[in-house]
Amino acid sequence: MNRFLTRLLDHSSGRIGGVIVLAYILIALAAQAGLTPYDPLQQFRIERLQGPSLAHWMGTDMFGRDVLSRLMIGIGQSFLVAFSSVGIAALAGTLLGLTAAWFGHLWDGLVMRLMDVLLAFPAILLALLFIAVVGPGTFTSILAIAFVYTPIFTRVVRGPALSLKARDFVDAARTFGSSTSYILSRHLMLNLVAPLTVQVTLALAWSLLTESGLSFLGLGTQPPASSLGLMLSDSVNLMEMAPWLLVFPGLAIMIGILGFNLLGDALRDILDPRSRRALA
Amino acid sequence: MNRLLSVRGLKVGFGRGNAAKTVVHGVDFDLEPGETLAIVGESGSGKSVTALSINRLIDDGGGRILGGRMEFTTARGEVIDLACATDRRMETIRGSEIGMIFQEPMTSLNPVIPIGRQIEEAFRLQRGLGRAAARLETLNALERVRIPDAERRLGYYPHQLSGGMLQRVMIAMALAANPRLLIADEPTTALDVSVQAQIMALLAELRRETGTGMIFITHDMGLVAGIADRVLVMIAGRVVEQGRLDDIFDRPRHPYTQHLLQAVPHFSHGRKVRRHMSPAGREMARPALKVEGLTVRFPATAGLLRRPVGAIHAVEGIGFDVMPGETLAVVGESGSGKSTTARALLGLVKPSSGTFSVMSAEGLARRKPMQMVFQNPYASLNPRLDVEGLLAEPVLAGGVRPDASTRQRMVALLERVGLPADSLRRFPHEFSGGQRQRLCIARALMVDPSVLVLDEAVSALDVSVQARVLDLLIDLQNELKLAYLFVSHDMAVVERIAHRIAVLYAGRIVEIGRADAVLSNPRHDYTRRLIAAVPTTERRRDVFRLETAAVPSLLRPRGYEPPEAVWQVCGEDHQVLVERAAAAKEIR
Repeated sequence: MNRFLTRLLDHSSGRIGGVIVLAYILIALAAQAGLTPYDPLQQFRIERLQGPSLAHWMGTDMFGRDVLSRLMIGIGQSFLVAFSSVGIAALAGTLLGLTAAWFGHLWDGLVMRLMDVLLAFPAILLALLFIAVVGPGTFTSILAIAFVYTPIFTRVVRGPALSLKARDFVDAARTFGSSTSYILSRHLMLNLVAPLTVQVTLALAWSLLTESGLSFLGLGTQPPASSLGLMLSDSVNLMEMAPWLLVFPGLAIMIGILGFNLLGDALRDILDPRSRRALA
Repeated sequence: MNRLLSVRGLKVGFGRGNAAKTVVHGVDFDLEPGETLAIVGESGSGKSVTALSINRLIDDGGGRILGGRMEFTTARGEVIDLACATDRRMETIRGSEIGMIFQEPMTSLNPVIPIGRQIEEAFRLQRGLGRAAARLETLNALERVRIPDAERRLGYYPHQLSGGMLQRVMIAMALAANPRLLIADEPTTALDVSVQAQIMALLAELRRETGTGMIFITHDMGLVAGIADRVLVMIAGRVVEQGRLDDIFDRPRHPYTQHLLQAVPHFSHGRKVRRHMSPAGREMARPALKVEGLTVRFPATAGLLRRPVGAIHAVEGIGFDVMPGETLAVVGESGSGKSTTARALLGLVKPSSGTFSVMSAEGLARRKPMQMVFQNPYASLNPRLDVEGLLAEPVLAGGVRPDASTRQRMVALLERVGLPADSLRRFPHEFSGGQRQRLCIARALMVDPSVLVLDEAVSALDVSVQARVLDLLIDLQNELKLAYLFVSHDMAVVERIAHRIAVLYAGRIVEIGRADAVLSNPRHDYTRRLIAAVPTTERRRDVFRLETAAVPSLLRPRGYEPPEAVWQVCGEDHQVLVERAAAAKEIR
């Protein structure tokens, strides 16, 4: 573990990405612990729609709530949704993709045609459909987003798994008499780490955006709670009057996604033994 | 008449700034029109880089020519220095003046365009021909490279043709514009012996017909003997020796050249085979592996509805036994079913019928008694596991948790196969091809097998590395009384390690017996052809004859059962299959 950390810190994009992601986690935790400058729900009626100042670093919104406080809470909420949904999608997609590739035939056909059908719908439409059936809320939006991104993970896993399945080392393992679950978990999964990390970092970014979209439509995070997407959607009508309402959540999303991508790149490099030499 | 090509002080490097590295340090050579120069060296010696510099393809590979002159005389008699010719100039020279053949025909052709169209394109670009004229020329070109049934093949896609056929297509394309110089970069390395002999014969014939100068790059001294006029030996980017073929072969001066010549497995028609036990003794002993009537068939389907039309009889009624401490070599060309046999024994493909039994050395089947070593050491080791993880695999598969004694065994085995003991924490990519194959051998030995199946286990290695791995295998066999099933297409290698040989042709054993008997007195036509195709350093220039007999199709109609095999015994422990036509004649 220690070696892993030093290697992460040696990697330049790992350093930057790691710091960003760590900072976001700390902010989210602090917000949950109540360490915000103001109560994010408190409305300072007199100070509505004020620009950034010493008292309110990021200004106030149309109800006079402190933007910085809401942003801190929103980061937690957004990332909770993004992480959980991508986690579920990656798990389900990997399982489906691996078994589809390995067992082939009917199971492969069944799984992949289903995934094709899901892929044919635009992500947001599919999520809307899901929410329409289950009802809005944080938990359902997590499930909806996971549902939407599962087919992508399935595809991403199945392709390389198919080619790995035909590699000699898999045959070699079979000649030793290794069990199927061992081959799947060790030989296939180990080699799928690279495509999966890339996909996870991309999907984190997308799911942040999808969550914003759902919140914008009023189906994701429900006010008065806050999420980055909800803040963005609230600010749209006031864009010309109060640009700070748009700029700060936008920046938060952008930097967060950048952090994930950098960290993902670094992880992919570090987890690949072939690049170990070059890094050392 | 001018020299075709004169290279002086050629220096080539890769990278820029701090990372710059010179890989070719001043190479000189001359080539007369119609002459063949062989550039020999092991991988990494700079031989390919030198060749790629001549047509300046090296520029695309990130390399740079750092110095020297390469004077090339064009068909019109102009002399151009290729080292500083402009890109536009090079485009007119590539193809029309200098043709090139690569090692991998499969990857050099576009998989989604029929080969006819691809060759036509070469004609239209090089000679500015119209569609119809180009088509006619394409047909001629295919006939020139002896592709049978050329007209029909024009519409074939690359994957429908065998490696040998594809290499012929590549040669046809390279010769489209009658270049004065042909560069062949290991053109036969990816092919098996008999196809290799065909391609070499084709090149030799074309050279006679067209008078093309040729630069032939290879690591196999045996091939050089058959085709080259002059030889240039390279090591680490420097020429260490060059001269006429006979001088180099009979009086090599540089130790490296001597080493290369010695490393060529000399094929001596069975005079050097290993002896193990007398045929009488074999009768008494208990075989380590006994195979009877092994048959593997793959269903063949046709049409949209996948209607079964018959079966590919990949392996048909194979039977043999291998004693402890004995090597049975299974030889044949690709498609003869030798790898399928090995895979069926290891349970990687399901045999349709037949039985085989394995006896462990001490009579107790403790663990999995049969293990396999694959051809490609780069593909058969999971790149993400370290050596400890790799060696632990067969143990884990046996349901045993690796402990201190396992680790001890790993260290001992690593040492035994000649790898440093500190390898345990390293990953496969840190090892060379030969070391990886040693690793594969060590892995197979982790569970004390009594039979080791070696599927072309040394074919992917450089000749000198090959020799050392063979020595290791022989030592291990003597020490551990291992039975080897050695699948190979290389007769010279087989001669070094085999006690007995089984020749496979079209899925059946056509000849089986003591190695010396089979090699010195081959009785089946196919065995004779295989032996005739072995390149050696003794037979020089144009010994390759063109052989167009292809492997017969193995597709049989539904319900087809082959007739009973008739064996003719021709000496102690040596029998040959009587071919059906001949058998029918005898009955009549």
